Amino acid sequence: MAVSKRIVLHFPKWVVEHPIVCRLAKDYDLEFNILKASITPEEEGLLVLELSGKQKEYDKGIRYLTKSGVRIQSLSQNVIRNEERCTHCGACITICPTGAFELDPVTRQVDFHNEKCVACGLCIKACPPRAMEVHF
Amino acid sequence: MAKTIAEINEKIKQGKAVVVTAEEIIDIAKEKGIKQAAQEVDVVTTGTFGPMCSSGAYLNIGHSKPRIKLGGGRAYLNDVPAYTGLAAVDIFIGANALPDDDPRNKVYPGEFNYGGGHVIEELVAGKDIRLVANAYGTDCYPRKRLETWINIKDLNEAVLFNIRNAYQNYDVAANTSSKTIYTYMGVLRANLGNINYSTAGQLSPLLNDPYYKTIGIGTKIFLGGGIGFVAWHGTQHNPNVPRTEKGVPKRGAGALSVIGDLKQMSPRWLMGTSMLGYGCTLTVGIGVPIPILSEETLGYTTVTDAEIFSAIVDYSDAYPNLKPDILGEVSYAQLKSGRVTVQGKEVPTASLSSYPRAVEIANTLKRWILSGKFLLTEPVAPLPGVEAGITLKPLNERPIE
Repeated sequence: MAVSKRIVLHFPKWVVEHPIVCRLAKDYDLEFNILKASITPEEEGLLVLELSGKQKEYDKGIRYLTKSGVRIQSLSQNVIRNEERCTHCGACITICPTGAFELDPVTRQVDFHNEKCVACGLCIKACPPRAMEVHF
Repeated sequence: MAKTIAEINEKIKQGKAVVVTAEEIIDIAKEKGIKQAAQEVDVVTTGTFGPMCSSGAYLNIGHSKPRIKLGGGRAYLNDVPAYTGLAAVDIFIGANALPDDDPRNKVYPGEFNYGGGHVIEELVAGKDIRLVANAYGTDCYPRKRLETWINIKDLNEAVLFNIRNAYQNYDVAANTSSKTIYTYMGVLRANLGNINYSTAGQLSPLLNDPYYKTIGIGTKIFLGGGIGFVAWHGTQHNPNVPRTEKGVPKRGAGALSVIGDLKQMSPRWLMGTSMLGYGCTLTVGIGVPIPILSEETLGYTTVTDAEIFSAIVDYSDAYPNLKPDILGEVSYAQLKSGRVTVQGKEVPTASLSSYPRAVEIANTLKRWILSGKFLLTEPVAPLPGVEAGITLKPLNERPIE
């Protein structure tokens, strides 16, 4: 069975210098699409991946990552909407490249589909009341 | 069938007034006709909740011992500069004010995470605010330095005073250039990548009273979650713009200056707001009740988004360079559909004003009136109308020798 998931990988300082992600393709025949990457000097590395392949190989790949010291989170937990601050204006709708925000034509409320979110962060600063937050 | 405000107030006191929102009246009038609807309905409530930059608050902080004269000195609220050109302990905080050390657009686009609008929101929320002030010292006001926490509950006065709010209509913003631009109308992507607008449309106060026949100076309103009043016409009030057959302005037009006691307002309706690459502002909630005095006043309140038009303006050229060119006219019904066609291209649209929160304001005001606690006021003077012959003057620069 094939799976495709968006995940966030946290690389501790001591793992950053090792080639890890390439082995997902080589050893486990997984395809990956890098959605976002950042490595800060003296800090940890962060990689947002869309990872797809056979379920069995996918599980093995995840086990390999964990064993290598990489911390894994599923992506949807990362960008959250502060419901107290969101005014449902809609400024985010045309900013989001993946269409994660959708206007309900009846209530005019803005729905946030975080399963579509790739945590690119464009909405964070474009949101006037600063209701979108990244949590790593 | 002409009714008076006094008669409507009598019905409100007796709990017999019929109050509906500017959204509800549309279907009521369609069903019953203007004539019958005007007989049955007494008040139509409106609402709007959007970023309004010409907002601010004045505070009287009370006299310290020994006394200090802030007038002519400097004062900061949570590092945001407040205006001190007034007397000893009166200061004014404007929504756009920024801390001296904010990098602004030096790192482009600037984030503008905290400014005057946020100070007002936190003050209203009852949070302690850090006041730091320097003065030059006089014989009667010897003190030169003040550092203290202040809280809204301890202030003698805290008054929201916004010199231009509730714009009747507003430009629709687009960007035809080849790079993303950061404006007070939000982030506008290159090559007509998106279009932003800001209005409550059919719910907006002045779009429901296009010729200012009921809204005037002294009109009691919902302001920031509390009660406020129309103080004056807003700055740049300009009734002489192109209008539709029904009188609805197709450009900015009128505006309101509003005032009210900040102490009874709420942070839900006064929100510090950050426009990326532009600055800080305050999102303000305003609701105005419209007394149905005649079939004519009712007729105006039945306006729908399909009947309200505005101009699409290029914020990469026409706006910054004060050129009158527009890219076209579009109705709010079209804009609210999520897509409009401009120069042959289908462009996604977004709003900066919150329609759901405008609905909430109109419903809150409706509830206040139905409860008998909120009576309508008679304006003490009208706002300047079309007949006032106002023309909006650009700045005529005269070189200084």
